[in-house]
Amino acid sequence: MAMVLNEEQEMLRDAARGFLADNAPVRQLRRLRDENNPDGFDRETWTAMAAMGWTGVLVPEDHDGVAMGYQAAGLIAEEMGRTLTASPYLSTAIMGATALSKFGSDSQKTEWLQRLATGDAFLAVAVDEGRKHAPSTVSTKAERSGNGFKLDGTKTFVADGSVADGLIVSARTEGAENDEDGITLFLVPRDADGVSAERKSMVDSRNSATIKLEGVELTADAVIGEVDGGHKPLEQILNAGRAGLAAEMSGSAQECLSQTVSYLQERKQFGQTIGSFQALQHRASHLYSEIELAKSIVMKSLQMLDIAPEMATLMVSAAKAKLGQVAQLSAQEAIQMHGGIGMTDEFDIGFFIKRIRVAEALYGDTNFHTERYAQIRGF
Amino acid sequence: MSDALDKFKSETRAWLQENCPEEMRGPLRLDRDACWGGRKWTFKSDAQKVWLERMAAKGWTVPEWPKEYGGGGLSKDEAKILRSEMKKIKAYPPLSSFGIWMLGPALLKYGTEDQKLEHLPKIARGEIRWAQGYSEPNAGSDLASLATKCEDQGDHYLVTGQKVWTSYADEADWIFVLVRTDFSAKKHEGISFILVDMDQPGVTAKPIKLISGNSPFCETFFDAARAEKHNLVSDVNKGWSVAKYLLTHEREMISGFGGDVMRPMGDIAAQQIGLDDQGRLADSMLRSDVARMEIDGIAFMATMERIKDEAKAGQGVGANSSMLKYYGTELNKRRLELMMNSAGCDGLEWGAEGDVAAAWLRTKGNSIEGGTSEVQLNIISKRILDLPGA
Ligand SMILES: Cc1cc2nc3c(=O)[nH]c(=O)nc-3n(C[C@H](O)[C@H](O)[C@H](O)COP(=O)(O)OP(=O)(O)OC[C@H]3O[C@@H](n4cnc5c(N)ncnc54)[C@H](O)[C@@H]3O)c2cc1C
Repeated sequence: MAMVLNEEQEMLRDAARGFLADNAPVRQLRRLRDENNPDGFDRETWTAMAAMGWTGVLVPEDHDGVAMGYQAAGLIAEEMGRTLTASPYLSTAIMGATALSKFGSDSQKTEWLQRLATGDAFLAVAVDEGRKHAPSTVSTKAERSGNGFKLDGTKTFVADGSVADGLIVSARTEGAENDEDGITLFLVPRDADGVSAERKSMVDSRNSATIKLEGVELTADAVIGEVDGGHKPLEQILNAGRAGLAAEMSGSAQECLSQTVSYLQERKQFGQTIGSFQALQHRASHLYSEIELAKSIVMKSLQMLDIAPEMATLMVSAAKAKLGQVAQLSAQEAIQMHGGIGMTDEFDIGFFIKRIRVAEALYGDTNFHTERYAQIRGF
Repeated sequence: MSDALDKFKSETRAWLQENCPEEMRGPLRLDRDACWGGRKWTFKSDAQKVWLERMAAKGWTVPEWPKEYGGGGLSKDEAKILRSEMKKIKAYPPLSSFGIWMLGPALLKYGTEDQKLEHLPKIARGEIRWAQGYSEPNAGSDLASLATKCEDQGDHYLVTGQKVWTSYADEADWIFVLVRTDFSAKKHEGISFILVDMDQPGVTAKPIKLISGNSPFCETFFDAARAEKHNLVSDVNKGWSVAKYLLTHEREMISGFGGDVMRPMGDIAAQQIGLDDQGRLADSMLRSDVARMEIDGIAFMATMERIKDEAKAGQGVGANSSMLKYYGTELNKRRLELMMNSAGCDGLEWGAEGDVAAAWLRTKGNSIEGGTSEVQLNIISKRILDLPGA
């Protein structure tokens, strides 16, 4: 597959860039934070994004989506990374849509997919239980009860968990705590008895929740995919999210570089623009080079999700690891090269370093994915 | 893929299967197995000679050059197929040469029809080996301050001066030289690009040994060496454009060392260091370094591919060849550092053929030759980031 965008993708990217710059710039995130907005995102913006088809980017056409694939989905995420637009796009439009369109039962599809496409429903993925991402470590229990299951456990770091209408929950139906086998995925209505969500105040001002499941009774219809066979689908759902986060971080890294270069061109010290200092030129040029590599590997990982999703893990992990490193470098360099102003809350760069730190950690940090890369490569 | 390309693919595969000698397949060790050609060349084996002749007869030493200049006349897509089919059977390149990588592209762009017809087919067939006469003792990174002089003698030129770090000048037949044709003009505007036959008393090459032991480069002296008028490329005093264009090709060639590895580092380390009972490399610090380097390697390869595809689609930034050169050579140095770590005391042995120590030392030059890493960063700053005074 050629490593260039086609015309349709270019149009999508340009439209997204224009819309987000006008309607959801960093200023919006700042306002949401300052007013302590309980949703953590702007509903009007979400509705407008849905009207443009973004929420249905991965929803099949027979459920009213536009089914443009992962490369397109990643382009939107990348643009959102430039403006730090807060929205449940990753959890709902990328991971939720992946989960149900690929692994959902017919009735789950009918119930949810169209509403995802129109932006009327939100999903969140509840997988982690400890400080660090560990999707095979599952102690949340799903015990058989009558025709269905009873769930007990606590999930941490659930992005958009507090606003979701449905939660995709991994729970153990069989095996020991660290087994890949014996994990089952459930689609849990947020309003089911025994489900509670506590919104956490996060450094990036975005939505994240701790979800408690206390004796939550579900019918067998709530199972996504096979009982005990949740690990493989979960990996694909997570991979979609990881590639989406990598794309988002790519956008954020590019924005950090671009703002930094502008500052280097304009700020004067010692009677000259600071951009004429070679020490800074070389740091900026090194960062530029790293970002070029980052863009390429993001594109590769998204293309793999489109062409061969079961084989995408190596490339997705490589991309998430690389972007974790490069995006953090870009935010750190941006602050350093801005000097004191870079440390002020009034200046936007701080929002970037905060969000990038969260995106780096979500669904596996750089070390997690480097480790996984080595494992898959067999060394 | 179109039917025509499919057909080309199966024909190419069959032809290679039949015509590429067994001895010409396997992981290539550039210093040992490469065929550089030229009048002074002695083939290392019959197979090497046969392989070159067969490929040259099809024009496949330079697949994309036009047929009339000794090339294969292949489209970009066909050439891509040929490359991947050769890679599949691990075929050695039939010919390595500065003529192919550097002078050829420059002549195709700036040469006259006569120059192309005279020089390109000999490059394609490996008959003439070229050296690059750019650097001088006082003109390295600041190449445009070069002082080798070139005087107009009416029907010919005389070249006098000294070049240095001229790779393989002692084994080359001809040399492309940057000379000063106007000492009063601004430094970039008095330079010409000229082709000189080295087979004359006025040209002498004195080898200088590298820290890696082999691949000697030379001091090259010109003492009133004769150059023909028709061998000046482009116009008098317009050589700097040719020089820069050639450098972008040289940089692409050098940056390629960063990506295309026959055997991934992880596999080498797994074999050399061994795995623990969990299947992990027994040296956990090395393991994470190798994983990070391999990930950068994949990202780098993807970037080479993207930049080629962008160029094909008429997009992209020309100065990205500097980014590739910078990153690719630094990556290659990292790879060889890890190779040395992994090889342990075996890697420290000196003198045997195919030594990792020699290869390791040689990579230190990658970020110097073709313009240093610092110079590439300067170019990125100026041409891509548009920073002042860079
Ligand atoms: C293995 C090898 C093969 C080569 N083959 C050839 C060949 O075939 N033909 C040929 O013509 N040349 C060849 N060269 C020469 C090569 O192009 C030069 O060595 C190179 O351009 C650097 O020039 P220099 O050695 O004079 O170093 P210098 O220019 O003196 O550089 C010394 C140091 O100063 C730094 N520096 C210089 N200017 C700047 C600046 N403006 N900003 C920041 N840092 C700066 C450099 O990056 C370097 O670190 C070869 C070199 C090597 C190592």
